[in-house]
Amino acid sequence: MTDSISTPAAKRFRVQTRTRVSTVTVIVGIAVFALLAAAPAFVSRSVIQDLFFVLTMLALAQYWNLLAGYAGLVSVGQQAFVGIGAYTLFAFTILTGTNALVAIFLAGFVAMILAIPTALVIFRLRGAYFAIGTWVAAEVFRLLAAQWKTLGGGTGTSLPRSATRDIWGIEFIKDLFGAKTSAAKDIEAYWLALLVAAGTIVLVYVLLRSRFGLALSAIRDSEPAAGSLGVRNFRTKLWIFIIASFGTGITGALVLFQKARISPDAAFSVIDWTAFVVFIVVIGGIGTIEGPIIGVIIFYVLQNYLADYGTWYLMLLGALATVVMLVAPQGLWGLMVKHYDLHLFPVRRRLFVNKHGQDKDG
Amino acid sequence: MLSWIDAILQGVLLGGLYALFAAGLSLMFGIMRLVNLAHGDLIVFAAFIILVIADLLGANIFVATAVTLPIMFAVGFVLQRYLLNRTLGKDILPPLLVTFGISIVIQNGLLETFSADNQRLQAFGIETQSWSLGGGIAVGVMPTLTFASAVIAILALNWIMYRTELGRGFRATSDDPSTAQLMGIDNHKVFAAATGIAFVVITLSALYFGNRAQFDPTIGSFRLLYAFEAVIIGGLGSLWGTLAGGIILGVAQTIGAKINPEWQILAGHVVFLVVLVVRPRGLFPRAVD
Amino acid sequence: MALLETHDLVAFYGDFQALYGIDTYVDEGETVAIIGANGAGKSTFLHNITGLHAGAGEAVQFDGRPVGHLPAAEIVKLGIALVPEGRRLFPSLSVEENLLIGAYGQKKTGHWTLETIFELFPVLRQLRRSPATSLSGGQQQMVAFGRALISNPRLLLCDEVSLGLAPTVIKDIYEALPVIKESGASIMLVEQDVQRALGVADRVYCFMEGRVTLSGHPSEFDHATIRSAYFGT
Ligand SMILES: Nc1ncnc2c1ncn2[C@@H]1O[C@H](COP(=O)(O)OP(=O)(O)O)[C@@H](O)[C@H]1O
Ligand SMILES: [Mg+2]
Repeated sequence: MTDSISTPAAKRFRVQTRTRVSTVTVIVGIAVFALLAAAPAFVSRSVIQDLFFVLTMLALAQYWNLLAGYAGLVSVGQQAFVGIGAYTLFAFTILTGTNALVAIFLAGFVAMILAIPTALVIFRLRGAYFAIGTWVAAEVFRLLAAQWKTLGGGTGTSLPRSATRDIWGIEFIKDLFGAKTSAAKDIEAYWLALLVAAGTIVLVYVLLRSRFGLALSAIRDSEPAAGSLGVRNFRTKLWIFIIASFGTGITGALVLFQKARISPDAAFSVIDWTAFVVFIVVIGGIGTIEGPIIGVIIFYVLQNYLADYGTWYLMLLGALATVVMLVAPQGLWGLMVKHYDLHLFPVRRRLFVNKHGQDKDG
Repeated sequence: MLSWIDAILQGVLLGGLYALFAAGLSLMFGIMRLVNLAHGDLIVFAAFIILVIADLLGANIFVATAVTLPIMFAVGFVLQRYLLNRTLGKDILPPLLVTFGISIVIQNGLLETFSADNQRLQAFGIETQSWSLGGGIAVGVMPTLTFASAVIAILALNWIMYRTELGRGFRATSDDPSTAQLMGIDNHKVFAAATGIAFVVITLSALYFGNRAQFDPTIGSFRLLYAFEAVIIGGLGSLWGTLAGGIILGVAQTIGAKINPEWQILAGHVVFLVVLVVRPRGLFPRAVD
Repeated sequence: MALLETHDLVAFYGDFQALYGIDTYVDEGETVAIIGANGAGKSTFLHNITGLHAGAGEAVQFDGRPVGHLPAAEIVKLGIALVPEGRRLFPSLSVEENLLIGAYGQKKTGHWTLETIFELFPVLRQLRRSPATSLSGGQQQMVAFGRALISNPRLLLCDEVSLGLAPTVIKDIYEALPVIKESGASIMLVEQDVQRALGVADRVYCFMEGRVTLSGHPSEFDHATIRSAYFGT
């Protein structure tokens, strides 16, 4: 005798990923992009520099979020790829005289290539130990950079003026805004940052809507914390790691192009390129595209009002992130989603049960 | 030739310090699966507490350490009980991010309180004393004491783990926390005790770390990396493994430094990476896993 | 007054309701069996009593006082011990350590000590230094029993102790029950093996889909009644 369990009537489902809000998002997104692109015409140079900072931090935050929030790869070593990108830029412009714009792009590729052996080693570490492994990797790259004597060794070096002056488009910008060379350079860097940030958001969005996104949510739902990676999961994670390294490398190169001065400690700073980025994502909301955007705005406001307090400011940020993690682990955006059911970037496939399809299966 | 033997010998003794760093980290991971990113900053924090207490009491650093040990036990107990326990669960993010946050808070709190100046835990001159072994090789009193302390600490930890009821509770909770509760084990208290004990080891390592060289509030994160490397090289879950891992790391660093002084740290990292590639589970993994 | 009483006990896993108002009691010295098919809610019920599944509130009373709000670690100290489904021995602990840990942090003494447990299950004495998970299934079940007994419980809860064991082994295990009863403990025995449960129980409850479908003395029921309470046919 077997116990007969009445199977529930098969339900009809509809999987929907595009919501009304996302159409609005596209329109608003394009408008914001256009507005930001036009910003140099009506705001001061210092505002442009601030916006540059915000946009680059946003890009870094999106990549870290892609790793930690979507692929379960919690890295505290992203400064490795910022530094690698930056050193690539400096090496190409100083040693081979490559145009800085080309070198920034190459920086992404070099970061990507170095990401592969890095991943092959540190992917052997699971979960939380992976995090410290990334940190060790970053330290190795920092120490190697400090051995690179032609780029100033431990003290670092500056970009030659020619490298920042002779980039493509600078004359055009000078004419357009009637700006001096240094201001024009800031504007060009800002535009690049805008492109990188917008490109990053589009890239992450497209990635998550693709088969990758599906594979990632499968990993998130199934992988036990200490379990071993299947081959498929391994490949997916490797690709995410490589893509994030590419983006982080380009962003890093851009940031230090704007600073025009490099040193191992600055280029591989765990506070600047990982701690801040982690706090941005955690406070804004991990595992969402919207979270880092909210996070970076909050971060910028705090930075503006509190950065003068130095250590107190950092303590506050660390404490704030800790409290958010404990009290509202989904971050501010998560709270908003919970209250208003908003989804600007609908990347999670949402399952709708058709009410009228609930009767007996045909 | 003799100078190489000397380098190896100094490396072994340095390994004692790294084993002390590693034992605290390993203990917390072994019992709670908690990877404490603030581990290094806590070592620096403990060193500052020893400094302050030595100053207040006008005592030497050994007496000050003895006073600091129970204080740090209490700090660890409370931190675990009221903060870290809330982060434990299936998700690895909360403990990582919370301890990362704590690390930033400690580091900047120390900077605010003590400035970025270099400090040193001075031990009435014995740091300069050594025993000559002939042939130009000498072992310092403090490095020897460090190594002996590491061995004693590991013996003591093993005794707690395998010979006491608390240690049984640690192992049971680590195996299966929900069944452990059925035995009358309050997981939260057991975890708090485990962290308290880990903080005692942290304090012990802070004594030798602060005496060996100058320190400032920012150098904690490197200690975390050394501790971590020693744990992984030795093999997860084995306390004697952390000693072996510490020694290998120490020797790698002193040999690296001998070849080129700038390569000391790098050599340690490289050996770690090589071990990770060749023996991902470490050299002496725990048999039962 | 009953030793254990549950009154209108409900339990949820998220939105899923596993128990719908369970009323039971166990008197001092009684052996009570709970039978029911897979998924009927028997383990959930035991987890509510032991505090592993929180939130029973006032619905569980032990020795006249509500215990449903207490954490599991407190409840065992009051005198309720569980032999969990699947044994759940601690792999890092030896047999002897697995036994000793059952009385973690407890000072109260009673009939059950390491010595009396070795008398009850002599085979464990030679195996005391072995890792618990290196033992055979039946021996592991004995360790699980001993681990629960060493806390000298007033109420011993047993969850499917015969599951996956050979009949001769099951017989050995069941032979221990009278000895345990003699030591003064009351027993609540969850079983899918109806015949065996009815053989030792003073009273029986049958669970189906989170509800009590039958209760009373084993002699009161014929086959058909039990079958319908068990399967709902
Ligand atoms: N952890 C859990 N999460 C969700 N549902 C559960 C869980 N444990 C049990 N259930 C469900 O609760 C019901 C009762 O399960 P259980 O108490 O284990 O039954 P039994 O012990 O009688 O076989 C089953 O439908 C089972 O699927
Ligand atoms: Mg069951």
